[in-house]
Amino acid sequence: MNDGLTSATESQNTPKVPLKPLGKVLAVTSGKGGVGKTFVSANLAAALAKRGHRVLVLDADLGLANLDVVLNLHPKITLHDVFTGKAQLEDAILPAPGGFSVLLAGSGMVEYSRLTTEVRDEFLRIISSLVPRYDVVLMDTGAGISDVVLFAVSLASEVLMVATPEPTSLTDAYATIKVLVGQQQRQTIRLIINQSTRPGSGQAITKQLQQVLDRFVATDPEHPINLVHLGEIPVDPEVRQAIMRRQLMMQHTPDCPAGQAIAQLARTLEKTVIPKHA
Amino acid sequence: MPTYSAQRHMSSRSYSLSEYECPRSNFAVALPIDSSLISLQDLRLDDACALLQHDAQNIQQEVGESHADYLQRLIDGLCELSLRDPLTGLNNRRHFRSVLERSIDVVARSGESVLLLLLDIDRFKSINDNHGHLAGDQVLREVASCLARCLRPMDTIARYGGEEFAIILPNCRPVFGLAVAERIRKTIADLPIPVSPLLTLQVTISIGGAYAPEWVRSTTDLWIERADQQLYRAKSEGRDQVCLEQPRELSVSAEEKGLLFGHLIMDEANTHENTPSDAPDDAPGNAAKRENA
Repeated sequence: MNDGLTSATESQNTPKVPLKPLGKVLAVTSGKGGVGKTFVSANLAAALAKRGHRVLVLDADLGLANLDVVLNLHPKITLHDVFTGKAQLEDAILPAPGGFSVLLAGSGMVEYSRLTTEVRDEFLRIISSLVPRYDVVLMDTGAGISDVVLFAVSLASEVLMVATPEPTSLTDAYATIKVLVGQQQRQTIRLIINQSTRPGSGQAITKQLQQVLDRFVATDPEHPINLVHLGEIPVDPEVRQAIMRRQLMMQHTPDCPAGQAIAQLARTLEKTVIPKHA
Repeated sequence: MPTYSAQRHMSSRSYSLSEYECPRSNFAVALPIDSSLISLQDLRLDDACALLQHDAQNIQQEVGESHADYLQRLIDGLCELSLRDPLTGLNNRRHFRSVLERSIDVVARSGESVLLLLLDIDRFKSINDNHGHLAGDQVLREVASCLARCLRPMDTIARYGGEEFAIILPNCRPVFGLAVAERIRKTIADLPIPVSPLLTLQVTISIGGAYAPEWVRSTTDLWIERADQQLYRAKSEGRDQVCLEQPRELSVSAEEKGLLFGHLIMDEANTHENTPSDAPDDAPGNAAKRENA
Protein backbone atom coordinates (compact mmCIF):
# COMPACT_ATOMS: atom_id res chain seq x y z
CA MET A 1 0.00 0.00 0.00
CA ASN A 2 1.43 3.34 -0.98
CA ASP A 3 0.71 5.82 1.72
CA GLY A 4 -2.66 4.24 2.40
CA LEU A 5 -4.32 6.04 -0.43
CA THR A 6 -4.64 3.00 -2.61
CA SER A 7 -6.42 0.00 -1.21
CA ALA A 8 -4.43 -3.03 -0.14
CA THR A 9 -3.83 -5.69 -2.76
CA GLU A 10 -5.39 -8.14 -0.33
CA SER A 11 -8.85 -6.70 -0.79
CA GLN A 12 -8.57 -6.57 -4.56
CA ASN A 13 -9.03 -10.31 -4.69
CA THR A 14 -12.42 -10.22 -3.04
CA PRO A 15 -15.34 -8.65 -4.90
CA LYS A 16 -16.58 -5.60 -3.12
CA VAL A 17 -20.08 -4.95 -1.97
CA PRO A 18 -21.52 -2.55 -4.51
CA LEU A 19 -21.05 0.97 -3.31
CA LYS A 20 -24.59 1.90 -4.14
CA PRO A 21 -27.31 -0.45 -2.87
CA LEU A 22 -29.34 -2.02 -5.62
CA GLY A 23 -32.53 -0.21 -6.59
CA LYS A 24 -35.83 -2.01 -6.16
CA VAL A 25 -34.43 -4.27 -3.47
CA LEU A 26 -36.31 -3.75 -0.22
CA ALA A 27 -35.00 -5.41 2.93
CA VAL A 28 -37.65 -6.42 5.44
CA THR A 29 -35.85 -6.70 8.76
CA SER A 30 -36.38 -6.37 12.49
CA GLY A 31 -34.41 -6.03 15.68
CA LYS A 32 -36.11 -8.95 17.37
CA GLY A 33 -37.42 -12.19 15.92
CA GLY A 34 -41.09 -13.12 15.93
CA VAL A 35 -42.49 -9.70 15.14
CA GLY A 36 -43.97 -10.79 11.81
CA LYS A 37 -41.23 -10.12 9.26
CA THR A 38 -42.04 -13.11 7.11
CA PHE A 39 -45.78 -12.55 7.41
CA VAL A 40 -45.35 -8.92 6.32
CA SER A 41 -42.98 -9.87 3.47
CA ALA A 42 -45.31 -12.48 2.00
CA ASN A 43 -48.49 -10.45 2.30
CA LEU A 44 -46.92 -7.21 1.15
CA ALA A 45 -45.60 -9.10 -1.88
CA ALA A 46 -49.13 -10.31 -2.64
CA ALA A 47 -50.51 -6.79 -2.25
CA LEU A 48 -47.89 -5.39 -4.61
CA ALA A 49 -48.45 -8.22 -7.09
CA LYS A 50 -52.17 -7.46 -7.06
CA ARG A 51 -51.32 -3.92 -8.11
CA GLY A 52 -49.49 -5.20 -11.15
CA HIS A 53 -45.91 -5.35 -9.97
CA ARG A 54 -43.64 -8.27 -10.71
CA VAL A 55 -42.48 -9.22 -7.22
CA LEU A 56 -40.04 -11.75 -5.87
CA VAL A 57 -39.57 -12.57 -2.20
CA LEU A 58 -36.10 -13.79 -1.32
CA ASP A 59 -35.77 -15.81 1.84
CA ALA A 60 -32.61 -14.17 3.12
CA ASP A 61 -32.96 -15.46 6.67
CA LEU A 62 -30.39 -18.13 6.01
CA GLY A 63 -30.28 -19.45 9.54
CA LEU A 64 -33.95 -19.60 10.40
CA ALA A 65 -35.75 -19.48 7.09
CA ASN A 66 -39.46 -20.12 7.32
CA LEU A 67 -41.07 -18.45 4.33
CA ASP A 68 -41.91 -21.96 3.10
CA VAL A 69 -43.88 -22.55 6.30
CA VAL A 70 -45.86 -19.33 5.95
CA LEU A 71 -46.69 -20.07 2.31
CA ASN A 72 -47.16 -23.81 2.79
CA LEU A 73 -44.75 -24.62 0.00
CA HIS A 74 -42.66 -27.76 -0.24
CA PRO A 75 -40.00 -26.92 -2.77
CA LYS A 76 -37.81 -29.57 -4.33
CA ILE A 77 -35.18 -27.06 -5.38
CA THR A 78 -34.11 -24.22 -3.10
CA LEU A 79 -31.49 -21.52 -2.68
CA HIS A 80 -29.39 -24.17 -0.97
CA ASP A 81 -29.14 -26.12 -4.24
CA VAL A 82 -28.12 -22.94 -6.05
CA PHE A 83 -25.45 -22.24 -3.43
CA THR A 84 -24.08 -25.75 -3.67
CA GLY A 85 -24.12 -25.63 -7.48
CA LYS A 86 -26.69 -28.42 -7.81
CA ALA A 87 -29.28 -26.28 -9.55
CA GLN A 88 -29.63 -23.15 -11.63
CA LEU A 89 -31.13 -20.03 -10.13
CA GLU A 90 -34.08 -20.24 -12.56
CA ASP A 91 -35.05 -23.68 -11.28
CA ALA A 92 -35.23 -22.48 -7.68
CA ILE A 93 -37.67 -19.62 -8.37
CA LEU A 94 -41.19 -20.78 -7.57
CA PRO A 95 -44.61 -19.23 -8.10
CA ALA A 96 -46.25 -18.50 -4.75
CA PRO A 97 -49.96 -18.26 -4.01
CA GLY A 98 -50.75 -14.57 -4.30
CA GLY A 99 -49.23 -14.03 -7.73
CA PHE A 100 -45.59 -13.40 -6.86
CA SER A 101 -42.39 -15.44 -7.05
CA VAL A 102 -40.33 -16.81 -4.21
CA LEU A 103 -36.81 -18.02 -3.75
CA LEU A 104 -36.81 -20.21 -0.66
CA ALA A 105 -33.72 -20.80 1.41
CA GLY A 106 -34.22 -24.50 2.13
CA SER A 107 -33.29 -26.18 5.37
CA GLY A 108 -29.65 -26.77 4.40
CA MET A 109 -29.02 -23.04 4.28
CA VAL A 110 -28.27 -23.00 7.98
CA GLU A 111 -24.74 -23.97 6.93
CA TYR A 112 -24.51 -20.63 5.18
CA SER A 113 -25.76 -18.57 8.05
CA ARG A 114 -22.22 -17.33 8.63
CA LEU A 115 -20.95 -14.71 6.30
CA THR A 116 -17.98 -16.06 4.40
CA THR A 117 -16.52 -14.73 1.20
CA GLU A 118 -18.28 -17.53 -0.69
CA VAL A 119 -21.68 -16.71 0.81
CA ARG A 120 -21.15 -13.04 0.11
CA ASP A 121 -20.16 -13.55 -3.52
CA GLU A 122 -22.93 -16.04 -4.20
CA PHE A 123 -25.51 -13.80 -2.58
CA LEU A 124 -24.32 -10.85 -4.59
CA ARG A 125 -24.45 -12.85 -7.80
CA ILE A 126 -27.98 -14.07 -7.12
CA ILE A 127 -29.36 -10.66 -6.17
CA SER A 128 -27.72 -8.98 -9.14
CA SER A 129 -29.28 -11.42 -11.55
CA LEU A 130 -32.72 -11.14 -9.91
CA VAL A 131 -32.92 -7.36 -9.92
CA PRO A 132 -33.38 -6.84 -13.67
CA ARG A 133 -36.17 -9.42 -13.84
CA TYR A 134 -38.52 -7.98 -11.22
CA ASP A 135 -40.08 -4.68 -10.34
CA VAL A 136 -39.51 -5.34 -6.65
CA VAL A 137 -37.31 -7.80 -4.79
CA LEU A 138 -38.36 -8.13 -1.14
CA MET A 139 -35.65 -9.62 1.05
CA ASP A 140 -36.96 -11.34 4.14
CA THR A 141 -33.84 -11.09 6.30
CA GLY A 142 -33.09 -12.50 9.71
CA ALA A 143 -33.52 -10.47 12.86
CA GLY A 144 -30.79 -8.55 14.61
CA ILE A 145 -27.33 -7.54 13.49
CA SER A 146 -25.49 -10.70 12.51
CA ASP A 147 -23.01 -10.39 9.66
CA VAL A 148 -25.36 -12.04 7.19
CA VAL A 149 -28.28 -9.78 8.09
CA LEU A 150 -26.17 -6.65 7.88
CA PHE A 151 -24.73 -7.77 4.57
CA ALA A 152 -28.17 -8.57 3.12
CA VAL A 153 -29.51 -5.21 4.30
CA SER A 154 -26.51 -3.43 2.78
CA LEU A 155 -27.61 -4.62 -0.65
CA ALA A 156 -31.06 -3.08 -0.35
CA SER A 157 -32.01 0.41 -1.42
CA GLU A 158 -34.69 0.63 1.27
CA VAL A 159 -34.97 -0.79 4.75
CA LEU A 160 -38.41 -1.72 6.05
CA MET A 161 -38.08 -2.30 9.79
CA VAL A 162 -40.87 -4.30 11.38
CA ALA A 163 -41.54 -3.81 15.09
CA THR A 164 -44.38 -4.48 17.47
CA PRO A 165 -45.45 -1.97 20.13
CA GLU A 166 -43.65 -3.76 22.95
CA PRO A 167 -40.61 -2.60 24.92
CA THR A 168 -38.38 -5.52 23.83
CA SER A 169 -39.23 -5.18 20.16
CA LEU A 170 -38.80 -1.40 20.18
CA THR A 171 -35.47 -1.57 22.03
CA ASP A 172 -34.11 -4.07 19.53
CA ALA A 173 -35.46 -2.08 16.58
CA TYR A 174 -33.82 1.04 17.99
CA ALA A 175 -30.52 -0.77 18.56
CA THR A 176 -30.60 -2.18 15.04
CA ILE A 177 -31.32 1.23 13.54
CA LYS A 178 -28.30 2.56 15.45
CA VAL A 179 -26.09 -0.08 13.83
CA LEU A 180 -27.52 0.51 10.35
CA VAL A 181 -26.93 4.23 10.71
CA GLY A 182 -23.43 3.76 12.10
CA GLN A 183 -22.19 1.03 9.80
CA GLN A 184 -24.04 1.62 6.57
CA GLN A 185 -24.64 5.34 6.82
CA ARG A 186 -28.35 4.72 6.32
CA GLN A 187 -30.29 7.94 6.54
CA THR A 188 -33.79 6.69 5.90
CA ILE A 189 -35.43 3.75 7.64
CA ARG A 190 -39.09 2.91 7.06
CA LEU A 191 -40.92 1.58 10.07
CA ILE A 192 -43.86 -0.80 10.01
CA ILE A 193 -45.62 -1.25 13.34
CA ASN A 194 -47.21 -4.67 13.40
CA GLN A 195 -49.87 -5.81 15.88
CA SER A 196 -50.87 -2.28 16.66
CA THR A 197 -53.54 -2.20 19.37
CA ARG A 198 -54.77 1.32 18.83
CA PRO A 199 -55.07 3.27 15.58
CA GLY A 200 -52.45 5.98 15.41
CA SER A 201 -50.11 4.34 17.90
CA GLY A 202 -47.72 3.39 15.08
CA GLN A 203 -47.32 7.03 14.13
CA ALA A 204 -46.74 7.97 17.75
CA ILE A 205 -44.15 5.20 18.22
CA THR A 206 -42.28 6.34 15.11
CA LYS A 207 -42.26 9.88 16.40
CA GLN A 208 -40.96 8.69 19.76
CA LEU A 209 -38.17 6.63 18.18
CA GLN A 210 -37.26 9.56 15.97
CA GLN A 211 -36.91 11.81 19.01
CA VAL A 212 -34.64 9.35 20.83
CA LEU A 213 -32.56 8.85 17.66
CA ASP A 214 -32.20 12.61 17.20
CA ARG A 215 -31.05 12.99 20.76
CA PHE A 216 -28.63 10.06 21.05
CA VAL A 217 -27.62 8.94 17.55
CA ALA A 218 -28.12 11.64 14.92
CA THR A 219 -26.35 14.29 16.95
CA ASP A 220 -24.60 15.64 13.86
CA PRO A 221 -27.06 17.95 12.05
CA GLU A 222 -25.21 17.24 8.79
CA HIS A 223 -26.23 13.58 9.02
CA PRO A 224 -29.85 13.44 10.11
CA ILE A 225 -31.74 10.18 10.41
CA ASN A 226 -35.14 10.13 8.82
CA LEU A 227 -37.46 7.55 10.33
CA VAL A 228 -40.48 7.22 8.06
CA HIS A 229 -43.72 5.80 9.39
CA LEU A 230 -44.68 3.46 6.56
CA GLY A 231 -47.79 2.20 8.25
CA GLU A 232 -49.28 0.08 10.98
CA ILE A 233 -50.98 -3.28 10.86
CA PRO A 234 -53.67 -3.69 13.49
CA VAL A 235 -54.04 -6.73 15.71
CA ASP A 236 -56.46 -8.92 13.82
CA PRO A 237 -57.67 -12.46 14.57
CA GLU A 238 -57.57 -13.17 10.83
CA VAL A 239 -53.77 -12.97 10.95
CA ARG A 240 -53.53 -15.80 13.44
CA GLN A 241 -56.10 -17.77 11.49
CA ALA A 242 -54.15 -17.42 8.27
CA ILE A 243 -50.86 -18.35 9.92
CA MET A 244 -52.35 -21.42 11.62
CA ARG A 245 -53.98 -22.56 8.38
CA ARG A 246 -50.77 -21.76 6.53
CA GLN A 247 -52.68 -19.65 4.06
CA LEU A 248 -51.75 -16.31 2.62
CA MET A 249 -53.96 -13.76 4.30
CA MET A 250 -54.03 -11.43 1.31
CA GLN A 251 -55.43 -14.25 -0.76
CA HIS A 252 -58.12 -15.55 1.57
CA THR A 253 -59.26 -12.59 3.64
CA PRO A 254 -57.84 -9.48 1.93
CA ASP A 255 -60.58 -7.27 3.35
CA CYS A 256 -59.91 -7.93 7.02
CA PRO A 257 -58.40 -4.94 8.91
CA ALA A 258 -54.83 -6.31 8.70
CA GLY A 259 -55.33 -7.06 5.01
CA GLN A 260 -56.51 -3.53 4.32
CA ALA A 261 -53.58 -2.14 6.24
CA ILE A 262 -51.15 -4.16 4.14
CA ALA A 263 -52.87 -3.01 0.95
CA GLN A 264 -52.35 0.51 2.22
CA LEU A 265 -48.65 -0.22 2.82
CA ALA A 266 -48.36 -1.33 -0.81
CA ARG A 267 -49.99 1.90 -2.00
CA THR A 268 -47.69 3.99 0.20
CA LEU A 269 -44.64 2.17 -1.13
CA GLU A 270 -45.85 2.75 -4.66
CA LYS A 271 -46.12 6.45 -4.01
CA THR A 272 -42.67 6.69 -2.44
CA VAL A 273 -40.08 4.07 -3.30
CA ILE A 274 -41.32 1.73 -6.02
CA PRO A 275 -41.24 3.20 -9.51
CA LYS A 276 -44.58 2.97 -11.25
CA HIS A 277 -44.85 -0.08 -13.46
CA ALA A 278 -44.58 0.96 -17.08
CA MET B 1 17.02 -7.82 17.47
CA PRO B 2 14.25 -9.82 19.06
CA THR B 3 12.72 -12.57 17.02
CA TYR B 4 9.18 -13.72 17.39
CA SER B 5 9.04 -17.40 16.85
CA ALA B 6 5.96 -19.18 15.69
CA GLN B 7 4.57 -21.04 18.62
CA ARG B 8 3.34 -23.89 16.51
CA HIS B 9 -0.19 -23.08 17.53
CA MET B 10 -1.59 -25.03 14.64
CA SER B 11 -1.01 -28.44 16.13
CA SER B 12 -2.73 -27.42 19.31
CA ARG B 13 -5.85 -26.29 17.51
CA SER B 14 -8.81 -28.23 18.79
CA TYR B 15 -12.22 -28.57 17.29
CA SER B 16 -15.49 -29.04 19.04
CA LEU B 17 -17.76 -31.69 17.63
CA SER B 18 -19.94 -29.23 15.77
CA GLU B 19 -16.94 -27.83 14.00
CA TYR B 20 -15.74 -31.17 12.78
CA GLU B 21 -17.82 -30.62 9.70
CA CYS B 22 -15.06 -28.55 8.21
CA PRO B 23 -11.66 -29.62 9.43
CA ARG B 24 -9.31 -27.20 7.77
CA SER B 25 -6.16 -29.16 8.00
CA ASN B 26 -5.01 -32.49 9.14
CA PHE B 27 -1.79 -32.29 11.07
CA ALA B 28 -1.98 -35.73 12.58
CA VAL B 29 -0.93 -37.68 9.55
CA ALA B 30 0.73 -40.86 10.66
CA LEU B 31 3.67 -41.58 8.39
CA PRO B 32 3.72 -45.24 7.51
CA ILE B 33 7.51 -45.18 7.43
CA ASP B 34 9.82 -46.34 10.14
CA SER B 35 12.06 -43.32 10.59
CA SER B 36 15.01 -45.55 11.40
CA LEU B 37 14.93 -46.63 7.77
CA ILE B 38 15.53 -43.11 6.47
CA SER B 39 19.07 -42.58 5.42
CA LEU B 40 20.17 -38.97 5.60
CA GLN B 41 22.33 -39.53 2.55
CA ASP B 42 19.21 -40.25 0.49
CA LEU B 43 17.59 -36.95 1.40
CA ARG B 44 18.35 -33.79 -0.51
CA LEU B 45 18.84 -31.44 2.40
CA ASP B 46 21.18 -28.99 0.66
CA ASP B 47 18.56 -26.36 -0.11
CA ALA B 48 17.08 -26.53 3.37
CA CYS B 49 20.53 -26.28 4.95
CA ALA B 50 21.47 -23.36 2.73
CA LEU B 51 18.34 -21.50 3.79
CA LEU B 52 18.98 -22.15 7.45
CA GLN B 53 22.67 -21.34 7.21
CA HIS B 54 21.78 -18.05 5.60
CA ASP B 55 19.69 -17.39 8.71
CA ALA B 56 22.75 -18.12 10.88
CA GLN B 57 21.42 -21.37 12.23
CA ASN B 58 23.49 -24.40 13.07
CA ILE B 59 22.95 -26.95 10.34
CA GLN B 60 25.47 -29.53 11.41
CA GLN B 61 24.28 -32.74 12.90
CA GLU B 62 25.69 -32.72 16.38
CA VAL B 63 27.52 -35.57 18.03
CA GLY B 64 25.01 -37.88 19.66
CA GLU B 65 22.04 -36.28 17.88
CA SER B 66 19.81 -38.93 16.32
CA HIS B 67 18.79 -38.65 12.70
CA ALA B 68 15.19 -38.05 13.75
CA ASP B 69 16.15 -35.28 16.17
CA TYR B 70 18.37 -33.66 13.56
CA LEU B 71 15.62 -33.75 10.93
CA GLN B 72 13.15 -32.39 13.45
CA ARG B 73 15.51 -29.51 14.18
CA LEU B 74 15.88 -28.70 10.49
CA ILE B 75 12.10 -28.85 9.98
CA ASP B 76 11.49 -26.61 13.01
CA GLY B 77 13.99 -24.16 11.63
CA LEU B 78 12.30 -24.14 8.24
CA CYS B 79 8.87 -23.69 9.82
CA GLU B 80 10.15 -20.70 11.72
CA LEU B 81 11.71 -19.26 8.59
CA SER B 82 8.47 -19.63 6.70
CA LEU B 83 6.58 -17.62 9.33
CA ARG B 84 9.06 -14.83 9.93
CA ASP B 85 9.85 -11.65 8.06
CA PRO B 86 13.61 -11.64 7.43
CA LEU B 87 14.15 -7.88 7.59
CA THR B 88 12.36 -7.06 10.82
CA GLY B 89 12.24 -10.39 12.60
CA LEU B 90 8.51 -9.96 13.05
CA ASN B 91 5.94 -12.53 12.02
CA ASN B 92 5.24 -12.45 8.32
CA ARG B 93 1.93 -12.11 6.59
CA ARG B 94 1.37 -15.86 6.41
CA HIS B 95 1.67 -16.28 10.15
CA PHE B 96 -0.47 -13.21 10.69
CA ARG B 97 -3.27 -14.70 8.57
CA SER B 98 -3.29 -17.92 10.54
CA VAL B 99 -3.44 -16.07 13.88
CA LEU B 100 -6.24 -13.88 12.53
CA GLU B 101 -8.10 -17.00 11.41
CA ARG B 102 -7.73 -18.47 14.86
CA SER B 103 -8.91 -15.22 16.46
CA ILE B 104 -12.13 -15.47 14.47
CA ASP B 105 -12.69 -18.94 15.91
CA VAL B 106 -12.14 -17.58 19.41
CA VAL B 107 -14.42 -14.59 18.92
CA ALA B 108 -17.17 -16.73 17.41
CA ARG B 109 -17.09 -19.09 20.38
CA SER B 110 -16.39 -16.76 23.27
CA GLY B 111 -17.57 -13.32 22.22
CA GLU B 112 -14.18 -11.97 23.28
CA SER B 113 -13.23 -8.51 22.00
CA VAL B 114 -10.33 -8.79 19.57
CA LEU B 115 -8.96 -5.66 17.94
CA LEU B 116 -7.07 -5.67 14.66
CA LEU B 117 -4.82 -2.69 13.97
CA LEU B 118 -3.22 -1.92 10.62
CA LEU B 119 -0.32 0.53 10.85
CA ASP B 120 1.43 2.32 8.05
CA ILE B 121 4.52 4.51 8.22
CA ASP B 122 3.61 7.96 6.87
CA ARG B 123 5.42 9.17 3.74
CA PHE B 124 7.81 6.23 3.83
CA LYS B 125 8.61 6.57 0.14
CA SER B 126 10.23 9.93 0.75
CA ILE B 127 12.64 8.32 3.26
CA ASN B 128 13.74 5.84 0.61
CA ASP B 129 13.97 8.59 -1.99
CA ASN B 130 15.88 11.09 0.18
CA HIS B 131 18.09 8.85 2.30
CA GLY B 132 18.35 5.60 0.34
CA HIS B 133 16.93 2.15 0.85
CA LEU B 134 19.37 1.20 3.60
CA ALA B 135 18.03 4.05 5.70
CA GLY B 136 14.52 2.89 4.81
CA ASP B 137 15.34 -0.63 6.00
CA GLN B 138 16.78 0.74 9.23
CA VAL B 139 13.58 2.70 9.84
CA LEU B 140 11.52 -0.46 9.26
CA ARG B 141 13.68 -2.41 11.73
CA GLU B 142 13.55 0.26 14.42
CA VAL B 143 9.82 0.82 14.07
CA ALA B 144 9.27 -2.95 14.16
CA SER B 145 11.21 -3.49 17.37
CA CYS B 146 9.64 -0.43 18.99
CA LEU B 147 6.15 -1.68 18.10
CA ALA B 148 7.00 -5.09 19.51
CA ARG B 149 8.04 -3.47 22.81
CA CYS B 150 4.66 -1.69 23.06
CA LEU B 151 2.72 -4.94 23.18
CA ARG B 152 1.66 -7.60 25.64
CA PRO B 153 3.03 -11.12 25.20
CA MET B 154 -0.38 -12.34 24.05
CA ASP B 155 -0.54 -9.84 21.20
CA THR B 156 0.62 -10.70 17.70
CA ILE B 157 2.53 -8.28 15.54
CA ALA B 158 3.43 -8.89 11.93
CA ARG B 159 4.93 -7.08 9.00
CA TYR B 160 1.97 -7.00 6.68
CA GLY B 161 3.79 -5.70 3.63
CA GLY B 162 6.13 -2.88 2.59
CA GLU B 163 5.93 -0.29 5.35
CA GLU B 164 2.72 -1.69 6.76
CA PHE B 165 2.34 -3.60 10.02
CA ALA B 166 -0.55 -5.45 11.60
CA ILE B 167 -1.27 -6.05 15.26
CA ILE B 168 -3.85 -8.43 16.72
CA LEU B 169 -4.87 -7.55 20.25
CA PRO B 170 -6.91 -10.29 21.88
CA ASN B 171 -9.02 -9.52 24.90
CA CYS B 172 -8.92 -5.79 24.25
CA ARG B 173 -12.18 -4.21 25.35
CA PRO B 174 -13.62 -1.50 23.10
CA VAL B 175 -13.19 1.17 25.79
CA PHE B 176 -9.41 0.59 25.77
CA GLY B 177 -8.89 0.19 22.03
CA LEU B 178 -8.32 3.84 21.24
CA ALA B 179 -6.00 4.37 24.20
CA VAL B 180 -3.83 1.41 23.18
CA ALA B 181 -3.63 2.54 19.56
CA GLU B 182 -2.88 6.14 20.57
CA ARG B 183 -0.08 4.98 22.88
CA ILE B 184 1.48 3.06 20.01
CA ARG B 185 1.18 6.04 17.68
CA LYS B 186 2.79 8.42 20.20
CA THR B 187 5.59 6.00 21.04
CA ILE B 188 6.58 5.79 17.38
CA ALA B 189 6.30 9.56 16.90
CA ASP B 190 8.74 10.05 19.82
CA LEU B 191 11.21 7.43 18.60
CA PRO B 192 14.55 8.76 17.35
CA ILE B 193 15.84 6.50 14.58
CA PRO B 194 19.60 6.79 13.96
CA VAL B 195 20.20 5.78 10.37
CA SER B 196 23.82 6.99 10.16
CA PRO B 197 26.28 8.65 12.58
CA LEU B 198 25.17 12.02 11.27
CA LEU B 199 21.50 11.43 10.69
CA THR B 200 18.65 10.62 13.00
CA LEU B 201 15.15 10.39 11.55
CA GLN B 202 11.72 10.57 13.06
CA VAL B 203 8.60 9.09 11.52
CA THR B 204 4.91 9.06 12.23
CA ILE B 205 2.42 6.30 11.65
CA SER B 206 -1.25 6.16 10.78
CA ILE B 207 -3.36 3.47 12.42
CA GLY B 208 -6.68 1.99 11.38
CA GLY B 209 -8.48 -0.58 13.49
CA ALA B 210 -11.56 -2.74 13.63
CA TYR B 211 -12.97 -5.25 16.09
CA ALA B 212 -14.03 -8.72 15.04
CA PRO B 213 -17.80 -8.98 15.15
CA GLU B 214 -18.48 -10.82 18.40
CA TRP B 215 -20.20 -14.18 18.53
CA VAL B 216 -20.35 -14.57 14.77
CA ARG B 217 -17.88 -16.17 12.42
CA SER B 218 -16.81 -13.55 9.94
CA THR B 219 -13.92 -13.85 7.51
CA THR B 220 -10.37 -12.58 7.74
CA ASP B 221 -10.83 -10.73 4.45
CA LEU B 222 -13.82 -8.76 5.69
CA TRP B 223 -12.10 -7.99 8.97
CA ILE B 224 -8.93 -6.76 7.27
CA GLU B 225 -11.03 -4.76 4.83
CA ARG B 226 -12.78 -2.95 7.68
CA ALA B 227 -9.50 -2.12 9.42
CA ASP B 228 -8.07 -1.04 6.08
CA GLN B 229 -10.97 1.35 5.53
CA GLN B 230 -10.12 2.97 8.86
CA LEU B 231 -6.44 3.19 7.91
CA TYR B 232 -7.47 4.88 4.70
CA ARG B 233 -9.54 7.30 6.75
CA ALA B 234 -6.59 8.05 9.05
CA LYS B 235 -4.41 8.70 5.99
CA SER B 236 -6.87 10.89 4.17
CA GLU B 237 -7.65 12.90 7.28
CA GLY B 238 -4.03 14.01 7.55
CA ARG B 239 -1.91 11.03 8.77
CA ASP B 240 -0.25 10.59 12.18
CA GLN B 241 -3.56 9.60 13.72
CA VAL B 242 -5.72 6.70 14.81
CA CYS B 243 -9.11 5.80 13.35
CA LEU B 244 -11.02 2.90 14.86
CA GLU B 245 -14.26 1.53 13.55
CA GLN B 246 -16.97 2.11 16.08
CA PRO B 247 -17.87 -1.31 17.43
CA ARG B 248 -21.47 -2.27 16.96
CA GLU B 249 -23.24 -0.69 19.84
CA LEU B 250 -26.12 -2.89 20.84
CA SER B 251 -26.43 -1.49 24.29
CA VAL B 252 -29.26 0.89 24.83
CA SER B 253 -28.84 3.03 27.91
CA ALA B 254 -31.44 3.27 30.64
CA GLU B 255 -32.04 6.87 29.64
CA GLU B 256 -32.73 5.90 26.05
CA LYS B 257 -35.02 3.08 27.15
CA GLY B 258 -36.98 5.38 29.41
CA LEU B 259 -37.62 7.71 26.51
CA LEU B 260 -38.51 4.87 24.18
CA PHE B 261 -41.14 3.35 26.44
CA GLY B 262 -42.60 6.41 28.08
CA HIS B 263 -45.00 6.67 25.26
CA LEU B 264 -46.02 3.00 25.40
CA ILE B 265 -46.97 3.30 29.05
CA MET B 266 -49.03 6.41 28.39
CA ASP B 267 -50.56 4.71 25.40
CA GLU B 268 -51.48 1.70 27.50
CA ALA B 269 -53.10 3.94 30.11
CA ASN B 270 -55.05 5.79 27.43
CA THR B 271 -56.26 2.55 25.90
CA HIS B 272 -57.70 1.47 29.22
CA GLU B 273 -59.26 4.83 29.97
CA ASN B 274 -60.76 5.24 26.57
CA THR B 275 -61.81 1.71 25.86
CA PRO B 276 -65.54 2.42 25.71
CA SER B 277 -65.27 5.43 23.42
CA ASP B 278 -62.57 3.81 21.30
CA ALA B 279 -64.52 0.64 20.76
CA PRO B 280 -65.84 1.58 17.30
CA ASP B 281 -62.23 2.08 16.19
CA ASP B 282 -61.65 -1.63 16.40
CA ALA B 283 -64.42 -2.33 13.94
CA PRO B 284 -63.30 -3.84 10.63
CA GLY B 285 -64.23 -0.74 8.68
CA ASN B 286 -61.66 1.25 10.57
CA ALA B 287 -58.74 0.56 8.27
CA ALA B 288 -60.77 1.71 5.32
CA LYS B 289 -61.66 4.91 7.14
CA ARG B 290 -57.99 5.59 7.77
CA GLU B 291 -57.12 4.97 4.14
CA ASN B 292 -59.63 7.57 3.03
CA ALA B 293 -58.49 10.05 5.60
